[in-house]
Amino acid sequence: MTTENRSSTIRLNRVTKSFGDVTAVDDLSLEIREGEFLSLLGPSGCGKTTTLRMLGGFEEPTSGSIYFGDVDVTHVPPHRRDVNTVFQSYALFPHMSVADNIAFGLRRKGMSKWDAAGTVADMLTLVDLEGRGDRKPTQLSGGQQQRVALARSLVNHPKLLLLDEPMSALDAKLRKTMQIELKRIQTQVGITFLYVTHDQEEAMTMSDRIVVMNHGRIEGSGSPREVYEHPATEFVATFLGASNLLAGTLETATGEFDVTRHAYGSFRSPRHRTPAGLSGSVKVGVRPEKMALQPAGSPVADSDNSLAGTVIVSTFTGVGNQYLVAAPHGEQFVVYAQNSGQAFAPRSGEDVVMTWPVEHTFVVQPSKAVPAEGDSDD
Amino acid sequence: MTTTTSKSPRLGRLTPYLLGLPAIVWLAVFFVVPLVLMLAKALQECNPATGVCTMSWNFASLSDAWSSSSTIIFRSLGYALAATVIDLVLSFPIAYWIAFYAGRRKNFFLMMLLVPFFVSFVIRTVIWKFLLSSDGLIIHTLQNLHLVSSDYQILGTTFAVVAGLAYNFLPFTALPLYVSLERLNPALLEASHDLYAGRITTFRKIVLPLCAPGIFAAFLLTFIPAFGDYVNQQVLGGFTNTMVGTVIQNLFLVSNDFPGGSALSAIVMGISLIGILAYGRLLGSKSIGDFV
Ligand SMILES: Nc1ncnc2c1ncn2[C@@H]1O[C@H](COP(=O)(O)OP(=O)(O)OP(=O)(O)O)[C@@H](O)[C@H]1O
Ligand SMILES: [Mg+2]
Repeated sequence: MTTENRSSTIRLNRVTKSFGDVTAVDDLSLEIREGEFLSLLGPSGCGKTTTLRMLGGFEEPTSGSIYFGDVDVTHVPPHRRDVNTVFQSYALFPHMSVADNIAFGLRRKGMSKWDAAGTVADMLTLVDLEGRGDRKPTQLSGGQQQRVALARSLVNHPKLLLLDEPMSALDAKLRKTMQIELKRIQTQVGITFLYVTHDQEEAMTMSDRIVVMNHGRIEGSGSPREVYEHPATEFVATFLGASNLLAGTLETATGEFDVTRHAYGSFRSPRHRTPAGLSGSVKVGVRPEKMALQPAGSPVADSDNSLAGTVIVSTFTGVGNQYLVAAPHGEQFVVYAQNSGQAFAPRSGEDVVMTWPVEHTFVVQPSKAVPAEGDSDD
Repeated sequence: MTTTTSKSPRLGRLTPYLLGLPAIVWLAVFFVVPLVLMLAKALQECNPATGVCTMSWNFASLSDAWSSSSTIIFRSLGYALAATVIDLVLSFPIAYWIAFYAGRRKNFFLMMLLVPFFVSFVIRTVIWKFLLSSDGLIIHTLQNLHLVSSDYQILGTTFAVVAGLAYNFLPFTALPLYVSLERLNPALLEASHDLYAGRITTFRKIVLPLCAPGIFAAFLLTFIPAFGDYVNQQVLGGFTNTMVGTVIQNLFLVSNDFPGGSALSAIVMGISLIGILAYGRLLGSKSIGDFV
């Protein structure tokens, strides 16, 4: 099962992993497409590392199965899987030179010392470390070590490369550079990347597809734009970027719009922005940057939703203004206005009307943990 | 900060030596002086009747000691090596298991390893003598089960001596091994498996090289005391397996041949020292201090 079936997807089929009474991964199904850059995003403890470790072969699922192409690898040990891992701590072998670290996998697969040396040299060039092959890992900076760890995995041309928060030990500036670097390398080698991160911006900029996890389950997946613009659940809407949400009852109206009734009236939203099968108790919302503020009592366009409120905090951020606006019952909304020069700029205490186009309004399934009452944004 | 350093730069430079003074004095009085005295004694000639010694720069005593005891020295080296190898093989899995699998009960298992050694070395060995003697519990049971013949014995054999050495020095092997395994990052083992290395290759390529300092320390800490030991041989051994420690003890305490005993001691020390340096070279270490 090493080189055949290369042109095939990797599938997790209803995988569950429990540690005692903790369910780290809960009935998770996921398909990883060939050559894509897929990011796993989610809060701490949601099961990202556990998912990766099952793909790498370091943990066996409690139930469910894992397929590479049509080969069931659920119980195949790590050293016989065509998968490599970039560990969070890099785990470079301290007693070996950089070149020997990179050659380790090739040598285990039976490549001769001479052939390996050539391949390693190419790899060092790819990760921008020409001529550093003789050094020991401890003689390299954090960013260089990270690239060695990457090279050590990539050189084997695995079917899947697993990266568990590989940037977490780097400072913010180096991180930005490495993000671009990593994306360049991934495009160049065309290997499937499964990337775990806490950092949503990192996930957004690098990924072809994002999977948002919570409590061991997948809450939403799709391209960064899809997940951001069409969040499926309240959790995704608030975890990925900010969202203003209001609890309400979904009424399927005629025509192309859905109507959600709430404490202040109702909002219309495009039918396609309501996840399939949703009804009854829902949350309706909009992203802060899609909203605008008008003086109280201003006329509202037909194509807009609106809600009256009072500005509590107004913050100037340079590129824009950020407002915290309270609705009459106390729900708070974040409104973000770009500093384009001519916009209405209310001060704290001023009454305003929030408006936004109906087309930017979306409906999500409320989180079960949160009582669907009186809360808005997060 | 600046004022204190500019006030007494000389004192500042002397500080390390001043701090080291008690240790230096201790080593000088209790280690260097006796060592020099012993080496000097080896070159003297003494009157056994009066006990009066005179310095005669008698270097022949060294070659005499070598020629009369070389067989015993080689035998002792062999026994010590056997005991050390047995200890390494026995304690590696124990140390490995405690370091990687004992979880929160590491300290408990380390304690269990050490508990027998709270009893004095000599008493422990004597108790083994009781246990292993021909009318003792073990042989008796084996004979009753007809597993061994009626004249079977363990005491007095080479096996008993080596086993005694191995038993008594086991913690000196297990603890340094444990310390070096404990320091091994488990992620390195996973990385090795991830890069297609099975258990055996991972052991050979990752665990062994990274634990080499620990193995070296364990080897020295076991081999050197076992080489010079005489208690195990005297209590558990017989006439055919005399070790060099026993000979030295006899020279000093039975035949009152102080120059002879000193000369033999000097040879044993020299061999240990050569062994340490050679092994250090072999391992490519710059300083033995890294290990011990
Ligand atoms: N070996 C283990 N034994 C017991 N519980 C474990 C083990 N590994 C993980 N868990 C538990 O499983 C859950 C998921 O852990 P996991 O490490 O997968 O989270 P994560 O999403 O990677 O979090 P983070 O972002 O903090 O790294 C956690 O509740 C964790 O405590
Ligand atoms: Mg994790």
